[in-house]
Amino acid sequence: MVYDVAPELLAARSQMAFTLGFHIILACLGVGLPTMVLIANAIGLRRRDPAALLLAHRWSTVMAVTFAVGAVTGTVLSFELGLLWPVLMGRFGGAFGLPFAIEGLFFFLEAIFIAIYIYGWNRLSPRAHLLSGIPVALAGIGGTFSVVAANAWMNQPAGFVLGADGRVAAVTPLEVLFNRATVYEVPHMLLAAYMVTGFLLASVYAVGLLRGHADRYVRLGFLIPFCLAAAAAPLQVAVGDVAVRGVIADQPAKFAAMELITAGGPNQPETLGGILVDGKVVGAIQIPNLASILAGFSPDTSITGLNSIPIDEQPPTAIVHLAWNAMVGIGTALVLLGVWGLFLRWRRRDYGSARWFLRAAAISGFGAVIALESGWIVTEVGRQPWVVFGILRTADAVTHAPGVQATFIAVVCLYTVLGIATLIALRALERRWARADADAGGRALADTTDDTIPYGPRGDPGNRHGSGEPGDPPP
Amino acid sequence: MSALQLTAVVLWLGLTAYAVFGGADFGAGFWDLAAGGSERGGVPRALIADSIGPVWEANHTWLIFDLVILWTAFPPAFAAIMSTLFIPLTLAALGIVLRGAAFAFRPMATGLRERRAAGAVFALSSLVTPFFLGAAGGAIASGRVPVGNAAGDPWTSWLNPTSFVVGLLAMATCAYLAAVFLVADARRRSQPDLVAYFFRRATLAAIVAGALAVAGIAVLRVDAPILADELRRRGWPLILASALLGTAALFLLRRQTPQGTRVLAVGAVVAVIWGWGVAQYPDILPGSLSLADAAAPTGSLEALLIVFIVAALVIAPSLGLLYSLDQRSRLVSHGLGSDSVDAPAPSHD
Ligand code: HDD
Ligand code: HEM
Ligand code: HEM
Repeated sequence: MVYDVAPELLAARSQMAFTLGFHIILACLGVGLPTMVLIANAIGLRRRDPAALLLAHRWSTVMAVTFAVGAVTGTVLSFELGLLWPVLMGRFGGAFGLPFAIEGLFFFLEAIFIAIYIYGWNRLSPRAHLLSGIPVALAGIGGTFSVVAANAWMNQPAGFVLGADGRVAAVTPLEVLFNRATVYEVPHMLLAAYMVTGFLLASVYAVGLLRGHADRYVRLGFLIPFCLAAAAAPLQVAVGDVAVRGVIADQPAKFAAMELITAGGPNQPETLGGILVDGKVVGAIQIPNLASILAGFSPDTSITGLNSIPIDEQPPTAIVHLAWNAMVGIGTALVLLGVWGLFLRWRRRDYGSARWFLRAAAISGFGAVIALESGWIVTEVGRQPWVVFGILRTADAVTHAPGVQATFIAVVCLYTVLGIATLIALRALERRWARADADAGGRALADTTDDTIPYGPRGDPGNRHGSGEPGDPPP
Repeated sequence: MSALQLTAVVLWLGLTAYAVFGGADFGAGFWDLAAGGSERGGVPRALIADSIGPVWEANHTWLIFDLVILWTAFPPAFAAIMSTLFIPLTLAALGIVLRGAAFAFRPMATGLRERRAAGAVFALSSLVTPFFLGAAGGAIASGRVPVGNAAGDPWTSWLNPTSFVVGLLAMATCAYLAAVFLVADARRRSQPDLVAYFFRRATLAAIVAGALAVAGIAVLRVDAPILADELRRRGWPLILASALLGTAALFLLRRQTPQGTRVLAVGAVVAVIWGWGVAQYPDILPGSLSLADAAAPTGSLEALLIVFIVAALVIAPSLGLLYSLDQRSRLVSHGLGSDSVDAPAPSHD
C-alpha cells in the first residue's frame, strides 16, 4: 500500500532500520564467533593440533575487532530508541525497557570475558583459558535472548496493564520477557547468528581452498564453521516454520503481505516473486493451493487476505513479500548446500577439490547475511503501521524534534566510513598473518598481532607499539 | 527507602560512575590532543593509550546503564530529555561512535596518514562529547526540559548560559580527572618526567575547573534561580565539601605530593554531582516532573533492582578477576622486552 509518510517519519524509520541492519551483522559475529573459537580451541587442545589452535587464536582477534565495532554501534541504538521514538519509550519504557537492562548485564559480562580470554592466550593454563571462553559464548546467547525478547514484545505486547491515561499502570516482567513471539524469535535469531558466522568464515576458507591452499589449517578453517552452520540450517527451517504459524495466528496482516494474499479464503496459492499493482499480483510464479496447504496442511485452509484488513492497518506489501521470498529461498539453498557437503562425504569425494561446491560455499556467507536482513525486514516492515502491535502506531511514536533528515544523512555517512574502516582493519590483519606465514615458510604458529587489538589487558606497557603517532620514541 | 528512591539513587550512582570513569577517559583524549606534534607528544601519548587501553569499553558501559535506568524507571523523563535535547544528544552519540571507533582502529592502522587521522578523530571527539553531555545536563538542571515530545526549544534549551558553563565545566573536569589519574599511572611505571608533566597539567586543569565552578554558581543565580536556591538551602554542605576537597587537591598538586590527590580530586567531582542531585530532589525534571510522577509501575522498578543486584553479584567478581590479571601481567612481563603473544600454547613469560 502507498501511504503519505511525513518526511521526518520516513527519515526516522530509515535511520533506525539502517543502524539496526548494520549492528545486527556485528551482533551475529559477537554471538557466533566465541562458539567457533571455543570449538577450534578445544579441538586444538584435545588433539594437540597447532593448526586448530592457530585458528582459534586468529579468530579471537577478529572477534575483538568486531566486538568493538558492535559495542559502539549498539551504543548508538540505545540513544536512538529515545532520540527517534520518545513516545514509544515514554509510554512503554516501563515494560519494553526491562529486557534491555538484562541485555546490559550480559554484554558487560561478555566484554569482560573477551578481555580475559584474549589476554589468557599465553598466560593462563590451557584449561583455565578454554574455560574463560565459555562465559563469552553463554553471555552472547543471554544477550540475544533479552534484546530479541524486546523485539518480540513489539510484535506481541504482553505483561502490562494500560491505565486510563494511556500510560502503563502495572507490569509483570516475566510475561514481558516470555511473550508469544519470544518462543520462536529468540531461537530463530540465535540459529541465524550461528549460520551467518559459520557461513561467513567458511566462505573465507573456501576461497583459500579454491586458490589452492589446502593445508590442514585452511581445511579445518573451512570445516569447523561450515559444519556448524550447515547443521543449524535445517533447524532454522523448522523454527521458521513455527514462526510462520505464530505470525498466521497473531499477525494476519503481516502474513497476508508476506504471501501477497489480496482476497482471503481457502485455496490460496503460493506466490513466488512479483508485486501488487492495483491490488493484482503481477510478475509472479504462483503454485495453486500451496500456501493454504503449508499453513494448515489442507487446500481448504482459509487465510485472511488484505481485503479484510482496514487500509490504514496494512503493511507495505512489495518489500515484505520479496524479503520473505528471499529469506526462505536462501534458507532452502543453504540447507541444500549442507546436503551437498554430506553427499560428497558419503561418496568419499574430497570437498577440497570439489570446485563447484567450494564456489557455492564461497558465496554462502553473503547469502546468509541477506537472509538475515530479509528476515528482519519481514518482521519489522511487516509489523507496520504499528510499532507496538495493535497499540501504538509508528507515526505517533516518532520524535517531534526537527532535523532527523540531517541526522539520517550524517549517520549513513559515518557508518559507511565505519564499515569501510572495519573491512580495512580485518584485511590488514589478514595481510599480517599471511606475511607471518610466509616468513615462517608455512603456517606461522606465532602471531604478533596482540599488541594491536582493542581489547584485553596489555602485556608489557613499555613495549607496545602503535599507541601514539608514528615515530613514538619508546618510552 | 522505597523502590523508587533506591532506583533514583542507583541512577545517580551510575551518573557518578560515568562522570568519574568516563570523564577520565574523555580527559585522556583531551591530553592526547594537547600533547602536540608526534615528536613532542609521543611519550605522553603512549602513556595515555596504555592507561585507557585495557578497560576503555567498561567505562562507557556506565552511560548505557544510565540510559536503560532512565527509560525503564522514569520513562516520561527519558522521552522529554531525548526529544527536547535531540541536537546535543545526537552530537554526543556521534562523538561516542567516532571516539570508540578511532580508538579501536588507531593501533591497527598501518600507514602514517591513517594513524594520524584516527588520532585526530579520537582526540577531537573526546573533547567535544563531554561538552554536549554537560550542556544537556545544564539544560535539565536549569529547568529547560519540559514534559512532552520535544516540548522544549530545540536550540535555546541547550544554548544558554547554564548549559554553556556546565558544558565547559564538564570538559575541564574530564581533563582534571584524567591528569590526576595519569600522574598515578606514570608513577606506577616509574616515569618521573611524565609524573611532573601531568602534575603541571593537573594543576592547570584544577584551577580552570575551580574557576568555572565558581562562575557556574554565579550564572545559576541569574539563569536558574530555582536550582540555585535549592543548592543554597540543601546542597550547600556538598558544595562546600567539593570546594574544600578541590582546594586540598590543588594544594597537594602544587607541592607535587601524589598521595591522596586521586581521592581528593574524585571526591570533589562526586560532591558536585551529588550536590546537584540533592538540590533537584524530589524532581527529575526541575520544576516540571517529580520522580514519583515519572516513575514506572513498581513491578518494573523491582525487576530493575533485582537485575542490578544480580549484576553486582556477577559482574563485580568478574571485573575483579580482569583487573587482577591486568595488574599481574604488568608485574610479570614488565621489562622482559617481548610483546609478542605467540604460539597459542601456555607459557608463563
Ligand atoms: C540466516 C538467516 C535466516 C534464515 C536462513 C531464515 N530466517 Fe527467518 N528470520 C531470520 C533469519 C533467517 C531473522 C533473524 O532475520 C528473523 C527476523 C526476526 C527473527 O526473529 O528472526 C527472521 C524472521 C522470520 C519470520 C518472521 C517472524 C515475525 O515476524 O515475528 C518468519 C515467519 C521466518 N523468519 C520464517 C523463516 C522460514 C520459514 C525459513 C526457512 C527457510 C527462514 N525463516 C529462514
Ligand atoms: C531486537 C531488536 C530490535 C528492536 C528492539 C527494534 C526496534 C525497532 C523500532 C523501535 C523501530 C521503529 C518503529 C517502527 O518502524 O516500527 C524499528 C523499525 C525497523 N527495524 Fe527494528 N528492531 C530490532 C531489530 C531489527 C533488526 C536487527 C533489523 C535489521 C534489519 C531491523 C529492521 C528494522 C526496519 C527495516 C525498520 C523500519 C520499519 C518501517 O518503518 O517500515 N530491526 N525497529
Ligand atoms: C536482534 C538484535 C540484537 C542482537 C542479537 C544484539 C546483539 C549484540 C551483541 C552480541 C553485542 C556485543 C557486541 C558485539 O558482539 O558486537 C551487542 C552490543 C550492544 N548492543 Fe546489540 N543486539 C541487538 C540489537 C540491539 C538493540 C536494538 C540495541 C539497543 C537498543 C542494542 C544495544 C546494544 C548495546 C548498547 C551494545 C553495547 C554493549 C556493551 O558495550 O556492553 N542492540 N549487541
